[in-house]
Amino acid sequence: MAVALPVAAPVAWTRVGPLEDMVRPFVLASVFWGIVAFAAGTYIAWELAFPALNLDLPWTTFGRLRPLHTSAAIFAFGGNALIGTSLYVVQRTTKAPLFGGRTMASFIFWGYQIFIVMAAVGYVTGVTQGKEYAEPEWYADLWLAVIWIAYLIAFGGTIMRRKEPHIYVANWFYLAFIITIAMLHIVNNLAIPVSLTGPESYPVFAGVQSAMVQWWYGHNAVGFFLTAGFLGMMYYFIPKQAERPVYSYRLSIIHFWSLIFIYIWAGPHHLHYTALPDWAQVLGATFSIMLWMPSWGGMINGLMTLSGAWDKLRTDPVLRFMVVSVAFYGMATFEGPLMSIRQVNALSHYTDWTIGHVHSGALGWVAFITFGAIYHLFPRVYGRRDLYSSRFVEYHFWTATLGIVLYISSMWVSGIMQGLMWRAYDENGFLQYAFIETVEAMHPFYIIRALGGVLFLLGGLIMVYNLYRTAKGEKRAERALAETFAPQPAAAE
Amino acid sequence: MHDLYLIARQLWVVWLLIVFVLIAWWAFRPKNKKRFEQDSRIIFDDDPPKDR
Repeated sequence: MAVALPVAAPVAWTRVGPLEDMVRPFVLASVFWGIVAFAAGTYIAWELAFPALNLDLPWTTFGRLRPLHTSAAIFAFGGNALIGTSLYVVQRTTKAPLFGGRTMASFIFWGYQIFIVMAAVGYVTGVTQGKEYAEPEWYADLWLAVIWIAYLIAFGGTIMRRKEPHIYVANWFYLAFIITIAMLHIVNNLAIPVSLTGPESYPVFAGVQSAMVQWWYGHNAVGFFLTAGFLGMMYYFIPKQAERPVYSYRLSIIHFWSLIFIYIWAGPHHLHYTALPDWAQVLGATFSIMLWMPSWGGMINGLMTLSGAWDKLRTDPVLRFMVVSVAFYGMATFEGPLMSIRQVNALSHYTDWTIGHVHSGALGWVAFITFGAIYHLFPRVYGRRDLYSSRFVEYHFWTATLGIVLYISSMWVSGIMQGLMWRAYDENGFLQYAFIETVEAMHPFYIIRALGGVLFLLGGLIMVYNLYRTAKGEKRAERALAETFAPQPAAAE
Repeated sequence: MHDLYLIARQLWVVWLLIVFVLIAWWAFRPKNKKRFEQDSRIIFDDDPPKDR
């Protein structure tokens, strides 16, 4: 490159106060567990393509590593990001210091990491209560309940002593997330331990009630952890990064309340064509379709915040992460209600289509809005003027986006093919394919999916490097994106 | 009285709908337009001074 590159030497930009001190460990933990989650997910994706990779050891089988991957992604990567950003946002928008102060923040932080490690150790050693996304046994569940209540007290206490009279909308979403997760977690994990010194327990619910409680939990973990919580993130960080207020504050009120009123009823769509009564299945599907309302409310509000400032997407890859995440939010929450219709579900359920759907939400929406928030927060909690490199954010963006495209498109093809093969009959009325034939047919798509995972992991590692150099207070010598994409003179006016 | 309660309970979806409609009315009431526009700007009021 012949152009003389600017050599920037940034210094500490602002005094880092107690607020930034509190949030920093959560951001670091989120990044750390994110890499663990992406690596674990990529590894088990290769295991599905090449089963010998389970090494014939109990600890590394798919059945044990899969909950490790999902919990690391949802609760460790997503959870730390949610707790960290919520403590940041609530203190900034209420102008009040955290209720309980640094001690409370440290207690929540270390308590939560201990829970994650307890859960992870249980998974690989085969300790599980066998409930999806609620695998930890009773002792870990109890500990998490304590931490979560402390978190609720810290967050709610801060809101109660706010100096700003109005509670900004991001806090409503965060608060709904915290309260609902407390309720779901406690009810779904009601269990009686076999002994106080052993890890096993029996759930208090049995039969179809147990299944219904589990999916009431499971779907609302999606609704309130992966949706409401991250919408809180969206409502603060997108306007902040775009430097313009949210498109319609009034729409955000409708968005919030429609989500609150409707989401909690959608769980039965996980139990179509089971022993659950038909009326409950239809009720679940109906409420799922009504969820298009908050889906569009959120998408319009997130995207239209950029209206009149779309050019920022060219020069600000952090904002691009956030805006693309909203596009994925819209896409995934459009697809979900379709899949909840019983006739569609008959084809999609138990197939890879579901896995693809979850990942368009998890990678596209949850991870991308988190990356955006982390890139926004990181220089601020370290007192740096800027990130080490905008270019590296750009590389991360494209690597991860390509990874997601490979992932979800391969899973659509694989899942629909799988569903069609399962229900294909020959002229005599026999099933046309043996199960193993459907597995063989999925092999190429498993490889494509795993490659998508590799790219997503690679993007994460680019982020780690960028953040590491940012923390050291360095600035990469590079041409600014604004310079590369400077508007042409004719287009300027 | 108990019968009345049972009937009212069956109509839960109607009560929730009414609450939702009231919220929507409150949100879109022209009188409240200005205050919500101000509320949306809370996030820009929170930065530490630039030259600290």
